[in-house]
Amino acid sequence: MDTRENIANTTDAVISIRGVYKAFGSNKVLDDFNMNLQRGQSKVVLGRSGSGKSVLIKCIIGLLTPEAGTINVFGQNVLNMSQEQLDVIRVKIGFLFQSNALYDSMTVRENLEFPMRRHSIKLSEKEANERVVEALKNVGLEHTIDMMPSELSGGMKKRIALARTLILKPDIILYDEPTTGLDPITGREITTLIKEIQHKYQTSSIIISHDMKCVKNTADSIALLLNGKCYTEGTYSELAISDDPNVKQFFE
Amino acid sequence: MKPNKPAKQLQAFFDEAGRIARFTAWYFRQAIRPRYEFRELIRQCFIIGYQSLGLVVLTGFIMGLVLTMQLRPTLVDYGVESQIPAMVAIAVVREVGPVITALIFAGKIGSSIGAELGSMRVTEQIDAMEVSGTNPYKYLVVTRVTAATLMLPILVLLSDTISLYGAYLGVNIKTVTSANLFIWQVFDVLDFTDLMPAFIKTFFFGFAVGMIGCYKGYNSTRGTEGVGRSANSAVVLSSVMIFIIDLLVVQVTDIMGFN
Repeated sequence: MDTRENIANTTDAVISIRGVYKAFGSNKVLDDFNMNLQRGQSKVVLGRSGSGKSVLIKCIIGLLTPEAGTINVFGQNVLNMSQEQLDVIRVKIGFLFQSNALYDSMTVRENLEFPMRRHSIKLSEKEANERVVEALKNVGLEHTIDMMPSELSGGMKKRIALARTLILKPDIILYDEPTTGLDPITGREITTLIKEIQHKYQTSSIIISHDMKCVKNTADSIALLLNGKCYTEGTYSELAISDDPNVKQFFE
Repeated sequence: MKPNKPAKQLQAFFDEAGRIARFTAWYFRQAIRPRYEFRELIRQCFIIGYQSLGLVVLTGFIMGLVLTMQLRPTLVDYGVESQIPAMVAIAVVREVGPVITALIFAGKIGSSIGAELGSMRVTEQIDAMEVSGTNPYKYLVVTRVTAATLMLPILVLLSDTISLYGAYLGVNIKTVTSANLFIWQVFDVLDFTDLMPAFIKTFFFGFAVGMIGCYKGYNSTRGTEGVGRSANSAVVLSSVMIFIIDLLVVQVTDIMGFN
């Protein structure tokens, strides 16, 4: 899909990225990067390790600031937002970290309650508890509610992290390599869970992944990040038959 | 022309000093602005104070006992054995108590803060906090630095007291001195100018330990190896800072006529 078509679709986009440039010293990571995410769409960003995929979603959530460009989320440019505005928009965006980022010093319950308490979500104790239990049920781990993260396996940690992401019922979820470091069976379970969540909550998603099985099962559309640019976009089946060697190498 | 190695090291030193100064300035800016993290501050005060309690009590007791036993032979030679409580009291309250307790505190708390924040940084927990609508600097750094600043003086007071108890036992190993006489001898030589500068400097010691631990942990890089390095350098740098602050306080109190 070329840039003109991308811009034409901006009106339906929940996330619209235009001309984003981000460098670390002399290393250009994103260079005039353009991409849209439509409402309800699940987009996978594919690219080699170190190509800037995680940097991209960290720019979207405001953890990193690009040197140039605009990132509109629900029509508002996150790069011009104050901290308070950013906190408001972050309630609508869930972020699943590659390393899960569960707080070691807190129980599973406290981990899940943390975003609700910090975003000052007005809920009674009963409602908050119900939400925690519901989020844990979604990932099939209600019994871990009073456990510490250190007592959980890698796959369980990933599920709990996903439950924490869901606790605020976000409209958009950004997944940073959700199946990396997991065995194939657990990876498949997480992929299924992502699909279930998308179906149940009608979320829009950006998924960073190298795992082609996960990509195939979760992607409505795939964007290929190459040399800091969105090299091409298309569905899995479109890109899988591409003759372009830059695309082909991911599908072989 | 390429800068030589010492010049590079000097530049790196000033770069690091500048970064620490900026990190410290940020503390004062963040500490006075709402939202205040009182719950976390109280939790950290409990953790930091409680974690060091056993170690401070043990080292304080040994410090007083050993100091007394080491002083005795010399003072006996001069025939001033009766001055042991006074000498130990001055040494413990003015210098040895605050510095030794602060060094123990740096080893225990500085490394713990450095490692904890370092591991939170490399496992993206600090980023997760930010995404969860939390200012991680305020939640993690301001609370820990404030707790360390408030807790160390209390620990030093406790350590001094236990130390004097150790000294009392030390005195009574070879002679018999009543508790009343010992206390009278101690407080006879101690006055406001001994207590206050020593007490005030412990706030600076606590602040330095907390701040350096947080700085090293918060800016940790390079995975688990970086966490170890953060914890280690937090202890080394805060120990050096304790001596530098001690030197400065001695100079200032000397100028002000407290010595």
